[in-house]
Amino acid sequence: MTLSLDKPRAPRRPAARRSNFEMISWLFMRISGMALVVLVLGHLFIMNILDDGVHRINFAFVAGRWSSPFWQFWDLSMLWLAEIHGGNGLRTIINDYARKDSTRFWLKIMLYVSMVLILALGSYVVFTFDPNIRAD
Amino acid sequence: MSDTASATEVASGSRRTGTLYRGDPGMWSWVAHRITGVLTFFFLFAHVLDTALVRVSPNAYDEIIETYKTPIVNLIEVGLVGAVLYHALNGIRVMLVDFWEKGARYQKQMLWAILGVWVLVMIPGAYFMLVRTVTEMFGGH
Repeated sequence: MTLSLDKPRAPRRPAARRSNFEMISWLFMRISGMALVVLVLGHLFIMNILDDGVHRINFAFVAGRWSSPFWQFWDLSMLWLAEIHGGNGLRTIINDYARKDSTRFWLKIMLYVSMVLILALGSYVVFTFDPNIRAD
Repeated sequence: MSDTASATEVASGSRRTGTLYRGDPGMWSWVAHRITGVLTFFFLFAHVLDTALVRVSPNAYDEIIETYKTPIVNLIEVGLVGAVLYHALNGIRVMLVDFWEKGARYQKQMLWAILGVWVLVMIPGAYFMLVRTVTEMFGGH
């Protein structure tokens, strides 16, 4: 009678059935981070420092910028990348510091709800902006 | 016995040369990265809501934007720009540590370098952001 082992000399074990979600998220933080360096620092420079900075911003200023597809695309990409980059960062922080599973669960639900709200509202505003909206 | 003594020596020696992460400037750069990231995320939430007022009416938007031009909020904007700039520069440093073969070896020098860049950018940046507010506060125009 011989000792029976399951494939004792198998060259390698079958690949672990894990999702590589955390690796994708790690990579996303770096790729989106590189894009956000340009998008966000450019945005802050134009809005806060160039010309008269924040003092020249009003509805007409926004209307002028969003008449250009370039700035619409800039702002929309910045919105999505920043919200997902920041949301993923907060997800990591919640995972690190929440002590109870229920706390972790509810904090993440709040986080995901806020992300969906901000992405939906922000995209809606960029796509449906109307420079001739009635003034009241 | 002598093994134990030399092991202790090695451990305390490595602490002296700073191979321990805890308490190292690298740890504080990570703490600051988290804090600036969270602050920016919360600001983004508020900022999308205030910008959404362009869909309500020009007046509603102009009114909320006026608060951004008041001295205290103007000062908070300088803080926001400082936080975002630190997060961006340190993010570049993190990517260099991850992807550049010598990144980990030079992490501390890179931290001093990004802090230097931060100061060099923030001095003119804060000046241009605040010059009009300060001038108006002291009666100029």
